[in-house]
Amino acid sequence: MGTQSDLRWLLLIGIFLSIGLWGGAGTALAQTPDPRQITDDQVNAIAKHLYCPVCENVPLDVCGTQACEQWRQLIRQKLAEGWSEAQIRQYFVEQYGDRVLATPPPRGINWLAYLVPPVAILLGAWILVRAFRGRKHPPSPSTLPQSEHLPPEVVKQIEQELRER
Amino acid sequence: MITELGYGTLAITFFLALYGIGAAIWGVQKRKPEWVESARNAMLLTFPLLTISCASMIYLLVNGNYEVEYVSSVTSNSMPLYLRITALWGGQAGSLLFWSWLMSAFASAVTLRNWQRDREFLPWVIVVSLVTLGFFLGLTLFVENPFDRLWLLPNGIAVKSFFAREGAIPFYQSDGKGLNPLLRHPGMIVHPPMLYLGFVSFVIPFAFAIAALITNRTDDRWIQITRRWSLVAWLFLSLGLILGARWAYDVLGWGGYWGWDPVEIAAFMPWLTGTAFLHSVMIQEKRGMLKHWNMILIILTYNLVIFGTFLTRSGVLSSVHSFAQSAIGPLFFVYIGASSALSLGLLLHRWQDLKTDLHMTSVLSREALFLLNNLLFMGILVICFWGVIFPLLSEIITGQKVTVGPPFYERATAPLFAALLLLMGIAPLAAWRHSTLQTLGKAVWKPTLVSLLAPLTAVLLGVRNLAALIGFWLAAFVACVTLYEYGRAAIARSRTHGESLPLAFWNLVGRNRRRYGGYIIHLGVVLMAIGILGIELFQKETQATLARGEELRLGPYTMRFESLAVFDTADGRNVARAVVSVYKNGRFVGELYPRRDYYYESQQPMTIPGVRSTMEDDFYVLLVDWQPISSAGATFKVYQNPLVNWLWLGGFVFILGTLIAAWPESEKSPAIARAKRQAPLGAEAS
Repeated sequence: MGTQSDLRWLLLIGIFLSIGLWGGAGTALAQTPDPRQITDDQVNAIAKHLYCPVCENVPLDVCGTQACEQWRQLIRQKLAEGWSEAQIRQYFVEQYGDRVLATPPPRGINWLAYLVPPVAILLGAWILVRAFRGRKHPPSPSTLPQSEHLPPEVVKQIEQELRER
Repeated sequence: MITELGYGTLAITFFLALYGIGAAIWGVQKRKPEWVESARNAMLLTFPLLTISCASMIYLLVNGNYEVEYVSSVTSNSMPLYLRITALWGGQAGSLLFWSWLMSAFASAVTLRNWQRDREFLPWVIVVSLVTLGFFLGLTLFVENPFDRLWLLPNGIAVKSFFAREGAIPFYQSDGKGLNPLLRHPGMIVHPPMLYLGFVSFVIPFAFAIAALITNRTDDRWIQITRRWSLVAWLFLSLGLILGARWAYDVLGWGGYWGWDPVEIAAFMPWLTGTAFLHSVMIQEKRGMLKHWNMILIILTYNLVIFGTFLTRSGVLSSVHSFAQSAIGPLFFVYIGASSALSLGLLLHRWQDLKTDLHMTSVLSREALFLLNNLLFMGILVICFWGVIFPLLSEIITGQKVTVGPPFYERATAPLFAALLLLMGIAPLAAWRHSTLQTLGKAVWKPTLVSLLAPLTAVLLGVRNLAALIGFWLAAFVACVTLYEYGRAAIARSRTHGESLPLAFWNLVGRNRRRYGGYIIHLGVVLMAIGILGIELFQKETQATLARGEELRLGPYTMRFESLAVFDTADGRNVARAVVSVYKNGRFVGELYPRRDYYYESQQPMTIPGVRSTMEDDFYVLLVDWQPISSAGATFKVYQNPLVNWLWLGGFVFILGTLIAAWPESEKSPAIARAKRQAPLGAEAS
């Protein structure tokens, strides 16, 4: 009796376990990434900010080469697997280097990319300010160069022509 | 025979250029004007000689002489006649020959001017022009010879060389590779000649500047002589840039017009310094100031022209390796280094002579604002230059490549462009010499008030983007100021002369073409700014794969995929052409035919968009992919580009304004000039 009861319990446990396993397997199947659920726009939103590692200066979303098509499929796959944009970007950097990013990452020597232009512009502005500091008030008519004192008939002609303009 | 003729005339022109340089220097040194005259004749002769050389090349291209390596690399049997001719500038070697030919045209033209008043400039203008021409001819002759033929060595390897190799036999081919499909667009046919014309014509003002430095003519004469040359150069450069942008929009298939590519930037940099120069020379003419700065600007422009020519075709900045492997890369850099060092050295030598006692008299004067405009242009130049060379520097130092893409340039230059627009609005209202906040405020408040209507209207239409609102206000501000200036002057003229308002306006522009042509250029910039704001800030895009009859929505547009056909054409293309119906707010507005052309010869695809264009927006459809067997499904990428046609309209107005500004003046010389000619004023004063 006891043995039969034990067997019944074992059978029940086995059934539950099977159901659990099947259910688990079903859940696992439901979680299998399906790249088809990812839209082209989702892929392009990430590809737009990545640069083709092969072609020069071509963003990944518009590059027409076969290699880029495969990279876009890779982005789709990663998105389907639940990767974030930052993770995908990092993946591409690790695989192909910093050149896949649209701008140099701000570290090390790359800081020069960001610092040199403003420093140069500030330097130019400083030169300009110095030029202004050296400014003088407008000269009075008496200090005008002699050559600007014109004969009356020329002045009359100039005035006439100015009126005609 | 024709190959020999082309090569021979090229070689003769090169040696003629060397002779011209020598004769001009000898003539000056020994005070023998006949040698200078001989150098002048040599320079004059370069144009007909290079015309023969170019014509020979065109003959070879048109007749499909594929034993010539350049011909086989840029033409093919299936190409139409006009493309075979334009293939002259479709590759690097041909481009260098074409550049030299244009340069010789300008050099020859400059010899024909009346040199009576400026005789001392002549030998040095010859030297600078012929050194530039000689450098390009040397490159064409010894490094990138378009007349090189293909030879088959006994070991079966084909090599290129003009002269026969030992044991080699001529290698005749029945067909060539054909022109890069991207270069077969009408925009690309006209764009390079315009750009090159802009490049070469900037050599002439530079030549005069150097001549002025050498002869120590510290007055404004070189600026007066080259005023129109500079404007013409700037006109061609602007036209080249606008056509290039249009080509990118029509052909490159990414829905944009400007990608901040190094090649684009290479053409943009001399335009920046050229624009700064055109503004800055006005200060020297009006106030006698900034003599050093104008020299620096024209020296910079010349060197950027050379740099731009070099970058446009070579692509050597793509990596350190391609630079090292390029035969012309190091030569270009040596030339740019030498010309910069020599011209700046000369400027330093004359530094004291160019000094004047004149100073800025007011921070709000027009000259001060022009100077600020120069600073902004230089700021944009620094960003561009640094962005182009930084990847190379990074690779040299760290061994790792980086990309400096559009976000870098856009973020860095946007505030500077905005500040330039603001200055464009204020500067025309500021007086020369002296302007106060009060006088400027009095002049500016009316247009400012009216211009505020633009952002207000934008807010009412639902625009909430702050950058767009600021941008629209700035554009409206410049437009209002410019129109206000026109209106005020035309009304004043109409009153004083009793002319009708349209006639007064016409005469106003005719009497002062440079000033009012300049204002039309400003209006062109305003229209372009509106277009740029529209596409940059409000562009929408989507992509999807559709079965026949399926629809895709974007903004107010709905697009239905109707059909797709794949077929071969007689000119060697495999074309996949889709038919899509476009509806706007539910109303049918037309059919579009986006297509993908695949060129068998060069094995390159080309994406041609289908575009519905209005002043409100462009609906821009690209065929990205399709099912090759069933033709049942196709992937489309679709853009809505608001206001983009304002950019092209602005470009047209911009060019029109430049033409007006550069048009020769027909009116008599002013009274003051006539008086000066009749009796020197200094003599009268004494």
